[in-house]
Amino acid sequence: MVSIRPGRMIIGGVTLENHLLLAAGILGTTGASLSRMLTLGAGGVVTKSIGPEPKEGHAGPCLVVLEDGLLNAMGLPNPSKDFVDELLPLSKKPVVASIFGGTPDEFATVAGWFAGKVAGFELNLSCPHAEGYGAAIGSDPALVEACTRAVSRSGVPTWVKLTPNVTDITTIGKAAERGGASAIVAINTVKAMRISTAMRRPVLGNRFGGLSGNAVFPVAVRCVYELYDAVKIPIIGCGGIATADNVVEMMMAGARAVEIGSAVQADVTVFEKIRGKLYAKDGLDPDEIVGCAHA
Amino acid sequence: MPDGLPVPVTVERIKQETPSVRTFFFDTSFTFTPGQFMMVWVPGTDEIPMALSSENSITVQNVGEATAAIFTINKGGKLGIRGPFGNGFSKAEKFLAIAGGVGAAPLLPLARSDCVMTLLLGARTESELLFVDQLDECTDVLIATDDGSLGSRGFVTQLMDDLNLGAYDRIAVCGPEVMMRAVLGKVDEKGIAHKTEFSLHRYMKCGVGVCGSCCIDPSGLRVCRDGPVFTGDKLLKSEFGYYMRDASGRKKNI
Repeated sequence: MVSIRPGRMIIGGVTLENHLLLAAGILGTTGASLSRMLTLGAGGVVTKSIGPEPKEGHAGPCLVVLEDGLLNAMGLPNPSKDFVDELLPLSKKPVVASIFGGTPDEFATVAGWFAGKVAGFELNLSCPHAEGYGAAIGSDPALVEACTRAVSRSGVPTWVKLTPNVTDITTIGKAAERGGASAIVAINTVKAMRISTAMRRPVLGNRFGGLSGNAVFPVAVRCVYELYDAVKIPIIGCGGIATADNVVEMMMAGARAVEIGSAVQADVTVFEKIRGKLYAKDGLDPDEIVGCAHA
Repeated sequence: MPDGLPVPVTVERIKQETPSVRTFFFDTSFTFTPGQFMMVWVPGTDEIPMALSSENSITVQNVGEATAAIFTINKGGKLGIRGPFGNGFSKAEKFLAIAGGVGAAPLLPLARSDCVMTLLLGARTESELLFVDQLDECTDVLIATDDGSLGSRGFVTQLMDDLNLGAYDRIAVCGPEVMMRAVLGKVDEKGIAHKTEFSLHRYMKCGVGVCGSCCIDPSGLRVCRDGPVFTGDKLLKSEFGYYMRDASGRKKNI
């Protein structure tokens, strides 16, 4: 087992307490919940995606737990501008606001609400099941570049979260880089469906959803590996990470930090558990292993 | 772990319990701890958290879109069930149970497990009292109605004043949040909030502790996973009784 040295770091312009961030959409609806996850060992937290208008999300079922992952279609539920107040107790903490919009202007508007109140932004250009948002924009390189620029020009660190549901993820990663992204987060969920044979209909209220968890880890590793060769900005690996060895593997593919989401379902203390195994005072310099699988 | 897709159940029998409450009995039984909940899928409408009122039934008050859709189901109709989820009430030998309205639903299986010495049952009026006969078979039932049509006139919390609360190991409470907050005030005065268990209701999407829509302030605890049953000491300085969040995550006062 490879272990690495602990310590604060700056990734994509954001200072993190450790390499493990809470992924967007997981326990990120309230400030109290985000605080709890920082207390439970996350090195930084990404909020629930916040958009230009309040949204209630899709009708249920919104999530089912599968043998090897989670299938969900929440539908970007969010309180919109009210969320600014949720984050007041978290000022100066490593909080990244996930934001979405239907146009570059909408991205800029939402970012404006949080400017100066968060450590950075993560643009949700990747949700696979929200009409007109997320992957609907995130699979078009020109729109990705424009939306990224609309936020990055403010000077606040701007991460862009990519969808794997494209033919070539590197074209999207390069578009984000051109738009001024400070880091790329890969990947969001893989578009998926299950059908209840008894009901003869898709299980999710939205029919389509996104798959996360162990089942998508190999897809995420592949995407990070491809992006590492294609862009110069840091990559944050996300998708099915549940163990310290998964973190090391993701770093060897090219990730400088990781986000963890679905693993929280099995164990809300997963951050502490991974930290315990990942870090050692006499561990390797993380720089030695980031991207080492490309040699 | 096998796939947790909703288990299809067929409604075999429907019982009108009160003018606004019906029990739907399934062809399938579930193993659960009283106080745990299920996510009930009404195909084509929504999925909502509900307590089991027995191993093969849910007891539903018609209060919203999903419950209205359940009320349109006839014998032979299908629902999908995920769960059981959450922690449930603790194991104790001498419970005092306090039920308001449809809050009696998760307390019926607790009473049937033979650990409830006394149950305080409250409702707006006599016809809305739930499970009077079934509860009477397994425990001592004291009744209060807002209008005095049966039992004491007033709130179920007033019945607590005539009891020696020290005679019970634990107190289990389920009902409207305003009523539960009043109970919390009383047990806090007597220094027994830590042994009083409240069953919370919050808007939920996932039911399994990942989406965060049911987290309570200021602890950030998840009602679906860390609850839905919390002891009073964890709720004293909290949102409980004051506000909750809607489907979008915006706060709304109770």
